[in-house]
Amino acid sequence: MKMLEVKALNVWFGAGRDRVDAVKGANFTVEEGESFGLVGESGSGKSTILRAISGLAPQWSGGINVNGMSLGRRRPNAFYKTVQMVFQDPYASLHPRHSVDQVLGETLYLHGFRDIDARVVRLLDDVGLGQKFRFRYPHQLSGGQRQRVAIARALAPEPKLLLLDEPTSALDVSVQAEVLNLLADLRADHGLTYLMVSHDLSVVSHVCDRLAVMKDGEIVEVMDVAALRQMRATHPYSQQLLQASI
Amino acid sequence: MSTLLDVENLWVKFPSRQGVFDAVRGVSFTLGRERLGIVGESGSGKSMTGRAILRLIRAPGIVEADHISLEGVDLLKMSEKEMRAVRGQRISMVMQDPKFSLNPVMTIGDQIMEAYRLHSRASKREAFAKSIEMLEAVSIRDPFRVMRAYPHEMSGGMGQRIMIAMMLIPNPEILIADEPTSALDVSVQRQVLDIMDKLVKERGMGLIFISHDLNLVADFCDRVLIMYAGRIVEVCEADRLHEAKHPYTRGLLNSLPRLDAPRDRLEVLERDPAWAEAPSVSGRI
Amino acid sequence: MSDRQTLRDWLLTETPTSRRHAKLSALYHGWLTFRSNSMAMLGLAILVALVLTALFAPLLAPLDPFEQNLSQRLLPLGAENHLFGTDSLGRDILSRLIYGARITLYIVALVALIAPIVGLLVGTVSGYVGGWIDTVLMRVTDIFLAFPRLVLALAFVAALGAGIENAVIAISLTAWPPYARIARAETLTIRSSDYISAIKLQGAGPLRIITKHIWPLCISSLIVRVTLDMAGIILAAAGLGFLGLGAQPPSPEWGAMISEGRRFILDHWWVATMPGLAIFTVSLAFNLLGDGLRDVLDPKAGD
Repeated sequence: MKMLEVKALNVWFGAGRDRVDAVKGANFTVEEGESFGLVGESGSGKSTILRAISGLAPQWSGGINVNGMSLGRRRPNAFYKTVQMVFQDPYASLHPRHSVDQVLGETLYLHGFRDIDARVVRLLDDVGLGQKFRFRYPHQLSGGQRQRVAIARALAPEPKLLLLDEPTSALDVSVQAEVLNLLADLRADHGLTYLMVSHDLSVVSHVCDRLAVMKDGEIVEVMDVAALRQMRATHPYSQQLLQASI
Repeated sequence: MSTLLDVENLWVKFPSRQGVFDAVRGVSFTLGRERLGIVGESGSGKSMTGRAILRLIRAPGIVEADHISLEGVDLLKMSEKEMRAVRGQRISMVMQDPKFSLNPVMTIGDQIMEAYRLHSRASKREAFAKSIEMLEAVSIRDPFRVMRAYPHEMSGGMGQRIMIAMMLIPNPEILIADEPTSALDVSVQRQVLDIMDKLVKERGMGLIFISHDLNLVADFCDRVLIMYAGRIVEVCEADRLHEAKHPYTRGLLNSLPRLDAPRDRLEVLERDPAWAEAPSVSGRI
Repeated sequence: MSDRQTLRDWLLTETPTSRRHAKLSALYHGWLTFRSNSMAMLGLAILVALVLTALFAPLLAPLDPFEQNLSQRLLPLGAENHLFGTDSLGRDILSRLIYGARITLYIVALVALIAPIVGLLVGTVSGYVGGWIDTVLMRVTDIFLAFPRLVLALAFVAALGAGIENAVIAISLTAWPPYARIARAETLTIRSSDYISAIKLQGAGPLRIITKHIWPLCISSLIVRVTLDMAGIILAAAGLGFLGLGAQPPSPEWGAMISEGRRFILDHWWVATMPGLAIFTVSLAFNLLGDGLRDVLDPKAGD
């Protein structure tokens, strides 16, 4: 069963002479329960693909199918219950005036849950924060703790597909290890499918089963992680990227 | 090896409502004509150490040390005016993000030439020639075009190379680079490092390379200081970093995912409160 | 003493145990920051005194502010029974100042309620929705901004008739455009931030995003701006009063009092100076308070 199918996806910003094509004709599929990586340097369009899927980049053409649902301009509420996103910078992705409790409570409320209190408690336990963090504000949390809150928020509607936009690139390596372990545990416990964007090949190889290498808005190569580990990239750009990462 | 910089018992303190916060606690090290790496996580005091050497810590922050000697002269005893002559002239600093270090409304050429003429009373023509020479030294292919360009027209890697060029014009003895490549893509990172490496070797400069990236530092530097909670917990030769003894260093190394060695779970660093209490290891030679 | 110590610890805890606790703790932290600014504390003290004066005016005022006594007109400072002297109709200036505090507060409170709220609504809607709505709203704002403030207020009062309420409406109508500009500028930066994207991904609509996510961040800078503008508002009200278009005699509005005293300014300076000093003190207090609030409310400030 395919969880995500992206066909001939084009994403652009601006119009007329100022038009910038950020993604050009991207094709890939992600199976249910799989973890798929998008790798590339800054400006390669990897994050833009995530934003197009989540509906944050309004100008796109092509086909996006999520869990059998074909997506149009407007996303139905059922979409947000299936797909959630974790952002790159945990310092920017939490409202500075909202406590952890408010962030999670509002999310649960918007998705129509009734037992909000019990669920907030469970979400905090799920991401390994515990109750003493429930009423804290973002400025009272470290980067890793904030990213855990952001992950809890993404998990709140019980999604099937999680879009991860460089979830650890703003964190220290020791914290990165904790968050990556948490993501692995959550995927196993909740049967999640991941689509992860990263510039770090070793992180992608740790989290993902397959990956696509992007350059200048195009996918140049799709390969599995075993091939990556054996340095068997076919496209010259992927090889170059691999060389630089060793 | 001659000693360029000698730092002994450096403290950086920030008084706050909750009491005094010590960002750097009794750090000692020397720098010769070598590439010295300072590694640590955010909040370990590594950047503060670099800034403290140049006395760039703003009030209410306080810098204290037995001495910070640049070739035998204590920087802490200098007046602010003398210190200005040291900054840029004898010790230069390259920051993480070139976007914030370049003036957006001046062309790059004007900025480099201004930097040069501030330090040496050269004519415009000399400054121009010198600037072109410097841009070529940092492997910029089309220096005449870059001289006319504005910072926003430059990519991150170009911007960082321009910053390095600017810092090197007065021919300093010491370059402090604070995460100079963290904002860059891996392929560009490599180029920038190669340029720094070449310049340091050719000119016999001392380099302090501050970074959070252990592998990068192990690769690039000669000697590494590992900082934790404002102290140096371990000093080692860079090529022996992977044989490091301290549990903190070991923990950091093991928590990295590796391409060549797949693991189900990454090792999580267990922080021992004793690490923060243990006295600082001296990085003096 | 130990009880208070534990209350303080309870408020300063890093691990609040309930929503109320977290709110109180955040408030207390803000208060501590504010308290460390002694000038702001001075401003606050003056304003608290002003509010108390207005509340207890009948108890504090030594005499009836409207009682005329032509045999005792224009008495100097420190005269018997008249600490600040009397005006041209023999009314006690101190009593009139004390009652005038009510009018000043009334004006200030009304303007502070109307102008920033209109500005906030216009600015956030304009900034968040964008497109032609933004264009229309911002051009309207520009038109209001293009008029000199007092002249526009004069025109409104002339059209609506003189009186305090109309003066307040006129001042509010001229005061909202800068707030709309500030709110719009803030909204534009907030709109593209990750936490707004995140709440969009929960299916939140524009109404919820504007009221629950954007307003709380705009309000703090507006509050600061309002307190800093308050001096100008008091002066505008006083100006209208001075021109005879605001509060009407015999109401003891401070601006109207200056206007009355103007005729005697050379021989009996205190008649105009005392209300002038009162306006000056209150304006200064608002400015000091605004400065202190800026430190507390700045959302960019960490802990």
